[in-house]
Amino acid sequence: MNNPQTDNFPEGPSFRRALNARYRSASLWQMVFLSALLIAILSLMTLLYTVADGAFGYVAYEYKHDPTEFSSTPLNELGKDELLSILQSNLSAGAFKKLDNEKPMASRSHADLYSLFLERLLQIDTKQIWSMTDSFLHAAEIRAEATHKYPDAQLEFRSWLTPQFLSSPMSSRAEFAGVRTAILGSLWLVGIAILFALPVGTGAAIYLQEYASKNWLTKIIQTNINNLAGVPSIVYGMLGLAIFVRLLEPLTSGAAFGVIDSNGRTVLSAGLTMGMLVLPLIIINAQEAIKAVPDSLRQASFGVGATRWQTVWHHVLPNALPGILTGSILALSRALGETAPLIVVGASTFISVDPSGPFSKFTALPIQIYQWTTRAQPEFHAIAAASIIVLLILLLSLNAAAILLRNRFQRKY
Amino acid sequence: MQNNPPEHTITTKDLSIFYGNFLAVTDVNLNIESRKITAIIGPSGCGKSTLLRAFNRMNDFVPSSHVTGEILLHGQNLYGADIDPVEVRRKIGMVFQKPNPFPKSIYENIAWGARINGFKGDMDDLVEQSLRSAALWDEVKDKLKKSAYELSGGQQQRLCIARTIAIQPEIILMDEPASALDPISTLRIEELMQELKQKYTIIIVTHNMQQAARVSDYTAMMMLTGDSRSGTMIEFSETKLIFTNPRDKRTEDYVTGRFG
Repeated sequence: MNNPQTDNFPEGPSFRRALNARYRSASLWQMVFLSALLIAILSLMTLLYTVADGAFGYVAYEYKHDPTEFSSTPLNELGKDELLSILQSNLSAGAFKKLDNEKPMASRSHADLYSLFLERLLQIDTKQIWSMTDSFLHAAEIRAEATHKYPDAQLEFRSWLTPQFLSSPMSSRAEFAGVRTAILGSLWLVGIAILFALPVGTGAAIYLQEYASKNWLTKIIQTNINNLAGVPSIVYGMLGLAIFVRLLEPLTSGAAFGVIDSNGRTVLSAGLTMGMLVLPLIIINAQEAIKAVPDSLRQASFGVGATRWQTVWHHVLPNALPGILTGSILALSRALGETAPLIVVGASTFISVDPSGPFSKFTALPIQIYQWTTRAQPEFHAIAAASIIVLLILLLSLNAAAILLRNRFQRKY
Repeated sequence: MQNNPPEHTITTKDLSIFYGNFLAVTDVNLNIESRKITAIIGPSGCGKSTLLRAFNRMNDFVPSSHVTGEILLHGQNLYGADIDPVEVRRKIGMVFQKPNPFPKSIYENIAWGARINGFKGDMDDLVEQSLRSAALWDEVKDKLKKSAYELSGGQQQRLCIARTIAIQPEIILMDEPASALDPISTLRIEELMQELKQKYTIIIVTHNMQQAARVSDYTAMMMLTGDSRSGTMIEFSETKLIFTNPRDKRTEDYVTGRFG
């Protein structure tokens, strides 16, 4: 006696045919997904390669003045005292005094004096720079071209990313410009942003998850927070301009605290704007982290007679903290790369003084990159590429810190 | 038979429990006797746990839940306006279905509840006494600083019982405390309950009828009834009567395994 339904299933060879068709469509989809992954990897590699391509390569440069004009000693044998006396006798008295005021000349390092010597007296003149790819593939042609076009120039393979590049302040000459001011500005920015956004965001998340009753009002608030996370950053810039730079100027400029000769375009205003920008992200991340704390833990706490606050403070928060911190660091890495709101809030594009407090003028890495890429001279493009590498390394270290934090504190329930 | 009239701790009067408009448990009238084990049995979804959680107001955390009628503890209505649920949970402790120790050390698991409730005595002593009462001391005395998660499931559940004892409740509620444990661990929990009832009143919800028959003195039989399919208590008496001579036909069918 046959079950009539059995006849409706394919059997034997026809089952095999159907099965092969299933495998074919499966492998087709697998190919689609694999190629999507390859495209993503390829784009990323191209991006990194383009950046590196600009940051390293051959440079042809000459000195406007002959070293022998200043000293008979060969350049690389000049001592510190010699450099100091050369600078003193050849720079104008005013220029020397100005430098001395920034940092006493006698206490400066040899490298510092040497670069001053190059910058102010010899005056490097970059003639042409070549990309990394050209430098590797066409080294002979480049040498020939350089000797032909710039007979007096020296040719060297240069990494634009040097320790000196990291430690120098801004300069109007690309060869001597550095990103110290920009790195410090960026660190001040994210520091202020996290000081503002982490407590406020975590507090809001705790209230929404643990206290607020589920009604239409909290639903509207929740939806708005989710939408705010997607608002274009320039809009936050406008908000920061209106509130922090203009409306709260007495506070953000430091005028209320006795700081004179300052306006609202300070690192404090920008940091608070960045804080606003990452606030929705931090709230959402913190909510997810709090949701992930199992309910059984809350019940255990209530079961021994804990109040809601004791439950939150002693159990929910400590167990959600790794997640909250991880989310906050990832939110901060977004703030680190933001440019648009800083332009609106008024970051300085040329500033060689390090930010020294919340009421300082500032610049930030993305602003510096943006500014340098808009310059006409190719050597500025090279240092822009070098600063992109610096920015990427900063971002990667933040993300690595997030991963380490998560692994370090990950808990099992 | 007892000579003295039995002392009642919890008494319910026409207790009904709602989730929103849904009537989950209806018209329960029962007297829980002091220092005895009372089992609540019945098929899945009949409101056993809901009833148990009403006793220490854990249902308060379900936003739409509310009760009508009264739960009296020594004559005082636990749902009265002047009663704080935190105070109720301090007097009526709870052990949950799945062991849920805090992600802290064994010592802290015991000490935390006592500390937040303002315990002023010798904490080391309290921890030791509680662990001894929960028959766990010998197994953990050398690793009090270790995480509670390093214990086995059965040990974790006894730790949860010790944690409950540590705040010196009057009544201990147990919501299927052995359902996630193996038979050996289950047996140890059952033995422990027999010791605990010298000092505490225990109310246990269980799916396991043999367990109810083994450990409890009184049994409440619950079942879904009526058109609204809400849970109600259909029979409450001494355990041996429930299992040998039930008054209600449905109880007899259930305990003899004919349905459920």
